[in-house]
Amino acid sequence: MWEKLLNYWSQSAPLLPEAIAFYILATIAILFGFLVVANPFSRAPINSGLSLLCTILSLAGMAILLRAYFLAAILVIIYGGAVVVLFLFVLMLSRKDFKIVFAPTRIRFAIGMIITILFAMIIVPIAIQIPVSTAVSDSVPIEGTVSAIGTLLLTKYIIPFEAISILLLSAIIGVVYLSKPETKGKSK
Amino acid sequence: MITEQLYSLNNWLNNIPDFWWWFLFTLVKIGAAIGIGLGMVAYAVVLERRVASFIQDRLGPNRAGPWGLLQPVCDGLKSFLKEDFIPAGVHKFYYWIAPVIILGPALMTIAVIPFGSKIGNQSMVISDLNVGLLYTFAVASISVYGILLAGYAANSKYPIIGGMRAGAQMISYEGTMGLSIIPIFMLAGSTNLNAIIAWQTSAPLHWGIIQAPLSALLFFIATLAEANRVPFDLPEAEQELAGGYNTEYGAMKFAMFFMAEYASVIMGSAIFVTLFLGGWSLPLPWLNSPASNTWMGMLIGIIHICIFLAKTIMIVFLIVWIRWMLPRFRFDQLMDLGWRKLMPLALANIAFYALLLWAIAIIPTFFQN
Repeated sequence: MWEKLLNYWSQSAPLLPEAIAFYILATIAILFGFLVVANPFSRAPINSGLSLLCTILSLAGMAILLRAYFLAAILVIIYGGAVVVLFLFVLMLSRKDFKIVFAPTRIRFAIGMIITILFAMIIVPIAIQIPVSTAVSDSVPIEGTVSAIGTLLLTKYIIPFEAISILLLSAIIGVVYLSKPETKGKSK
Repeated sequence: MITEQLYSLNNWLNNIPDFWWWFLFTLVKIGAAIGIGLGMVAYAVVLERRVASFIQDRLGPNRAGPWGLLQPVCDGLKSFLKEDFIPAGVHKFYYWIAPVIILGPALMTIAVIPFGSKIGNQSMVISDLNVGLLYTFAVASISVYGILLAGYAANSKYPIIGGMRAGAQMISYEGTMGLSIIPIFMLAGSTNLNAIIAWQTSAPLHWGIIQAPLSALLFFIATLAEANRVPFDLPEAEQELAGGYNTEYGAMKFAMFFMAEYASVIMGSAIFVTLFLGGWSLPLPWLNSPASNTWMGMLIGIIHICIFLAKTIMIVFLIVWIRWMLPRFRFDQLMDLGWRKLMPLALANIAFYALLLWAIAIIPTFFQN
């Protein structure tokens, strides 16, 4: 009996563990995603920040299951290593008694529902189209996903890529302008 | 009787399925790598204390065992036997989890580092990932949470300042670190660490430090900053912060922060050796290519591992040496150096190598017609 089980496992080794891993990661992602916005145990903002980190890590885990290693690494480096660290940085600077107030009024609920429906209208059609258990990097050349993503970014998606970089540049200029100390009425 | 058992063991080993074969050897490699890694962490502490002593004209710890070699045993026992005291007013969960978050990633880096060429048919790397180096960056970027959380959980002034300093510093120098090695990717044509070593052994004088010296310098500086070593040890500046983020910690939890610092120094050195000093290779006839599948080849495989360890220890020694030779930066100087000097330099370095490679690719086509 054991031999049969081991044989089955060694033959279909990539299948069963992957499915288990996916369900674990999906549960973690949804659970912590919920805790980011509505934590019933604690209103401390730092808990929301760390829940966001857990969500991002489990999303990176799902990217690994799809064999999109490059995407997983970038997800952790950019979002886990930089963006959420900055969030925590600001939250640690905030006052000790500062708490997130979770107070759903009717208007907020309505706005939330509208945004959710719009988002679902984008996501659901795409999700239905994709067949179950498709590995992202099966179709790309053997030299790895890095060069494939690079080629796509600089050929097919060059215009969105440049548009995003201009958006980020304008955001940086805006921040520099806003954080400049007031010099009105004073000669510098 | 014994020969029969050996025969049956051999039979069993030869007949296990590929998956379990891989599983078994990966387990062995993980055990060996973590064991050697933690052993090096223990002795890096002794190395640091002895080198510091000699630089300051003292003797240092030389009582426990010959030349003080049993010092790590004493320190470890002391840490384990000390009372695990939790100060009042700390955030308990984060206080517990912070040392784990900081030590775990420092050891996880070991998974992608090729610490030797081959022994038999086994490649001496735990996981030969195609995005190997990016994996190390991803893991290293998680370790900053350990310091941030330790600072936050302690719920007192100095640790929180230490934690914030660590957060700002690591974000600033991560950018430089990532940008500094892009020329190596472009030259080697891969982010796989084994492929980068293969590129370095492909011709004489092909080591990364000769091909891209500025990258090596920037990466080394960023490694010092990421490991919170002098001259970038502001998160734990004893004189200003009473120890920084680990002020409220004691016993084994403090020891874990201590180990994490040395673990990240050793891993940083190992990555530096892999990227810029040819990894396990030496430019000599037998040692410059992966070992073959013979008894002689196995011996060469073991020599490769020793070469790798020797090179790593040399870089660790260099980092220790720097600590006792340089003063600490002021925080504004640190930010100025990171964002306004190293970052533009790293970008210029990338542009230079991109132009160089483009020129090498394009100029021969002019002469063809």
